[in-house]
Amino acid sequence: MVEVVLWASLRRLADDRESVEVDAETVKDVLKGLVEQYPALRPHLLDRGVSVSVDGQMVTSGWNEKISANSEVVLLQRIKGG
Amino acid sequence: MALDDAFEAREFKVVGTRPIRPDGIDKVTGRARFGADASASGMLHGAILRSPHPHARITSIDTSRAESHPSVKAIVTRDDFAKELSGEDWNVLENVMAGERVLYDGHAVAAIAATSVLAAKEALALIDVVYDPLPFVTDVDEAMRPDAPVVREGVADESVPEGMNPNVVRYHENGHGDVDIGFAKADLVIEKTFKTEAAHQGYIEPHACLAQLGADGNGELWCCTQGHFVAARICARLLGIDASQLRVTASEIGGGFGGKTTVFIEPVALALSRKSNRPVKIVMSREEVFRATGPTSSASMDVKIGMRKDGRITAAEGEFRLQGGAFPNAPMEFAAMAAFAPYDLEHVRSKGWDVLCNRPKQAAYRAPGSPMGAFAVESVIDELCNKLGLDPIEVRIQNGSKEGSRAAFGPRFKRIGLIETLEAARAHPHYRAPLKPGQGRGLSCGFWFNHSGETSVTLSLSYDGTVSLAVGTPDIGGSRASMCQMAAEELGIPFDRVRTTIADTGSLGYNDVSHGSRVTYASGLATIKAARDTIQKCCARAAEEWGIDPEAVVWEDGCAKPSGHNAGDFEPMSLAEIAANMGDTGGPISGHFEATPTGAGVSFATHIVDAEVDRETGAAKVTRYTVVQDAGKAIHPSYVEGQFQGGAVQGIGWALNEEYVYGDDGRLQNAGFLDYRIPVASDLPFIDTVIVEVPNPGHPYGVRGVGETSICPPLAAIANAVSNAAGVRMTHLPMSPPRLLKAMQEAGIG
Amino acid sequence: MKMMHVTTSINGDPTEFLCDPRETMLDVLRDRLNLTGAKEGCGTGDCGACSIILGGEVICACLMLAAEAEGQDIETVEGMANDENLHPLQKKFLEHAALQCGICTPGILVAAKALLEKTNNPTETEVRYWLAGNLCRCTGYDKIVRAVMDAAEEMRSL
Repeated sequence: MVEVVLWASLRRLADDRESVEVDAETVKDVLKGLVEQYPALRPHLLDRGVSVSVDGQMVTSGWNEKISANSEVVLLQRIKGG
Repeated sequence: MALDDAFEAREFKVVGTRPIRPDGIDKVTGRARFGADASASGMLHGAILRSPHPHARITSIDTSRAESHPSVKAIVTRDDFAKELSGEDWNVLENVMAGERVLYDGHAVAAIAATSVLAAKEALALIDVVYDPLPFVTDVDEAMRPDAPVVREGVADESVPEGMNPNVVRYHENGHGDVDIGFAKADLVIEKTFKTEAAHQGYIEPHACLAQLGADGNGELWCCTQGHFVAARICARLLGIDASQLRVTASEIGGGFGGKTTVFIEPVALALSRKSNRPVKIVMSREEVFRATGPTSSASMDVKIGMRKDGRITAAEGEFRLQGGAFPNAPMEFAAMAAFAPYDLEHVRSKGWDVLCNRPKQAAYRAPGSPMGAFAVESVIDELCNKLGLDPIEVRIQNGSKEGSRAAFGPRFKRIGLIETLEAARAHPHYRAPLKPGQGRGLSCGFWFNHSGETSVTLSLSYDGTVSLAVGTPDIGGSRASMCQMAAEELGIPFDRVRTTIADTGSLGYNDVSHGSRVTYASGLATIKAARDTIQKCCARAAEEWGIDPEAVVWEDGCAKPSGHNAGDFEPMSLAEIAANMGDTGGPISGHFEATPTGAGVSFATHIVDAEVDRETGAAKVTRYTVVQDAGKAIHPSYVEGQFQGGAVQGIGWALNEEYVYGDDGRLQNAGFLDYRIPVASDLPFIDTVIVEVPNPGHPYGVRGVGETSICPPLAAIANAVSNAAGVRMTHLPMSPPRLLKAMQEAGIG
Repeated sequence: MKMMHVTTSINGDPTEFLCDPRETMLDVLRDRLNLTGAKEGCGTGDCGACSIILGGEVICACLMLAAEAEGQDIETVEGMANDENLHPLQKKFLEHAALQCGICTPGILVAAKALLEKTNNPTETEVRYWLAGNLCRCTGYDKIVRAVMDAAEEMRSL
């Protein structure tokens, strides 16, 4: 299981939990697992998109990036730039 | 997660030198072809009719008088674009050409293609539009009030609490700990409200394009853009054609800074071309650029920070309200996430609100959201230091984020260089130089995430052993030079043996926009990997020639060599020799790399500013400026310094002069460079730079993006310098003479 | 509107063109003569990207009517290099990396050339005020000012 940290305003859509445990080997598993547990997260996670920080690396579209059980996984608003 | 492209320390031969950029001669002789420099036989000229109202229902558009003008060949309105779009595609189309309502002064309503520029402009007056004006709002705080005029209903997403004005469309919150506990531990808590006005990216080249689209859906587009692959994708959707049928070529680009990451005139020119069956060129006027392309958001912010007498920050809290025009996605989350990133805080909370106003759709501007947030946070830290008698650099070093610190936005930082920039600033002579009477000194840190994005690169050998490198990220500030350097470094050949071209969308795999400070990082990484792919192929050719195992061949100094005595005794085979025979040894040799890399390292900067204030006129002037920034590894130091200097000076403009001024009629009052005053040479001192190099663990050479972080500290650093010079805390940018004079008068100074 | 016939000299080349009386010199240079080195950044004389030299004085081509070119001598960025030899300003701009996007570069080079023809030893302040009519959004002017002063030094030693 991987512990996924949600940003504060997402928590309202996930029973006010700061983090959620999901069974995941990849970033894609993380997003799917979260949406299965908390369908209200779907619009933000799947429709509009997020960035996922895995051990401090920013994954914006590499859904197949591997994750291990002790990885630090933090959801972030989708990072863009100017 | 494994860093498959991890940093490895090494000695460089080409990287870190300062060669003449490969496009240099074209740029100094006038030969370089920018957006407006293209033409085609049979070409028509487009012009766009724009709304004079900040908000109105379009009752009718009658084009019959314009159609009868002898020079007019096509007219388009919203009906000529794709239907059934949703989400951001709909937003972009709605901004490109208004539908049922106009949402801001300058919103496009119709467009004409005619046989000359003069005829097209003349014929615009023959389009009869009947408007039904509606109430409007242009200020972010006013737009949030329950009784404010509603810009658009039904835009808010699920993050917005119930009961708010429909203009409030997104809410964000991040942080950790319990700020109430933290504030209780503070010796001094300061809370202030700040405002920044909208600034335009101010690129000197107005948007320009040349489009050709046939009834069969086959098209060609030439335009100045930060991302031609993205432009192709968006234009195809807006016109209902296939992306691969539209070949987009990026012209030389005359500045972007985020403002050319989307489309404005390109879909319009394509629609006019489809209708007229002729090439159509559109070039925006400067007035159109100001009225109808994206400035940055304006912001209203509350920041509260608690500090102990010894300088330790005990808690920090911020609320960031940004308007992004009549469309969602003002970068409030980045303001909220980036504002406290330089500090390792136990208790921190950050909130953001995205608000609609009757203004043009904001576009990204260099580290979107971060400069405003930094202005508010770093101003409060400066005030705390002043009140507690603490040194602003020591306090920042004491509280600064380092490797392993938990960022206010969630993750723990990998290797970062904030402390190194602060230490370099402390050691710089500027920091200890005496100030003259009437001058003040200001300091600020700044942070940006940096981005990676989809990246494709192809490196091809020519028969003479020279190298052709195709990248898909438009070169805005000299990136072709850096790409040549990185390819030459890997291949072990001189810089001038490589030529880098920005490939069109038909010639290379997909590439994300040149934004997010990503080009030297991501296209650079891809160039290095494509070079390594090429080397592997070259080694295989040598191995076959020598009849040995490919694993027994190494690449050194531009040659394939047997890896040791056991591998065999053969003369090194150079890249040129391998290339000369490639047709007979297996065919042409090219190396590739396609990926969405994940190792874009974040970056930090510290700026020191001296400013003086004229107490009679309220005019503020920057007298000395030093930028210290972590570049990870500077590939071409001159262009890294250039990014530092350019970001600092854009910050000076935003802090002291630049602002969108809306009148009571909801119309933009200063749509020109005379009244929207960007810094000129005589306003400025030299901008000193210090390049700090703390390698990014996610890039083979350690590169971090540098383009955006340079605009994060200036607003705060300048505001701190001016506030310290004026003797009054300036909380509203820009600190234009009237605003500064008023603040001083209200404080009884002067 | 009836077209006008104009006879002029551009970068030493005798030149004739027809223009609409409403057209600016910049319109004609770019759209009729295919000399696209001068750029239109504003069309109102505020940015200097269209700087040209008219009878020895630097002006904004967007503020001059094309018809006014009759009998004049005009210099543009295309005429700065002496065949294959770059002007010292052009060389120094490359050496100092005094350009990023390069859109303002032609106008700044032309304006700086006019300055160095008036004085071969300008102070930093003189350079900054002379170039105050030429906007650059990329560089912060630092490397531009250094390049102009370095070019002046080289030209003094020639």
